[in-house]
Amino acid sequence: MHYRRAVSTAWLLALAGGALIGLASTLLLLSHGRIAGISGVLGALVPPAAPGAGWRASFVAGMLVAGVLAAVVAPGQLGGSPRSLPLVALAGLLVGFGTRLGSGCTSGHGVCGLSRLSRRSLVAVSTFMATGVLTVWLVGGAA
Amino acid sequence: MRSNVLAALTGALFGAGLVLAGMTDPARVIGFLDVTGRWDPSLAFVMGGAVLVYAVLYRLVLRRRAPWFGPAFHLPTRDDLDRALVLGAAVFGVGWGLGGLCPGPGIVVAGAGLPTGLVFLAAMIAGMYVQRQIARRASR
Repeated sequence: MHYRRAVSTAWLLALAGGALIGLASTLLLLSHGRIAGISGVLGALVPPAAPGAGWRASFVAGMLVAGVLAAVVAPGQLGGSPRSLPLVALAGLLVGFGTRLGSGCTSGHGVCGLSRLSRRSLVAVSTFMATGVLTVWLVGGAA
Repeated sequence: MRSNVLAALTGALFGAGLVLAGMTDPARVIGFLDVTGRWDPSLAFVMGGAVLVYAVLYRLVLRRRAPWFGPAFHLPTRDDLDRALVLGAAVFGVGWGLGGLCPGPGIVVAGAGLPTGLVFLAAMIAGMYVQRQIARRASR
């Protein structure tokens, strides 16, 4: 009974959080005319910086502030990685390199691309889901 | 100035969505990808909820001639499938499964000051830099 309640709460929070992400993505399109792809927003700040550094840096700063607030308001929703820090560093390198090479991540290809029925995004999402699942199968789960 | 304030608020809203959804807990993300083990499918609803909202609203937004700030919308125009797309997505997926973080949650968890997030964000920026350098050298 308790288990079932916990599960449905997690699903509702996931849905609500997703809806917020969709709203924020809509707001960025409406205000700046941009696709809310986080790897793209951040990646274009890495030198040599592309135009639009002002709004990009502001958007990333807003995300960092969300983290600061979350640490105070909802620390239970944050977690350290179950992997060792050297593995986390390797993971970060691969995520940074891969998202730039593949022109997007879970937000740009996932949320925005799938919503727009983009063929490139459908291929990208299928690919990173597959290699993500394969990696966890090889390296092991969290528990 | 006003446009940057709004961008910051939008980023904070995006980050809040990630936190609420649970994407900022790498153990849960790894559980979502652990389909042959202790699979936790709940995070599929994050993408589901986001796509549901965005798929409807972006169409309404694009009825406008231009966004609030700036002369035109910037939408991806490519439709070709190339090796970089597939290879890049594949490498990203490996990193995602390895660390349990994708770019957005990585930034938020770094903002929260957790070592996982700080290390991940620094390494992710380094990975982006390396990719840029290689791409620049190749195009020379």
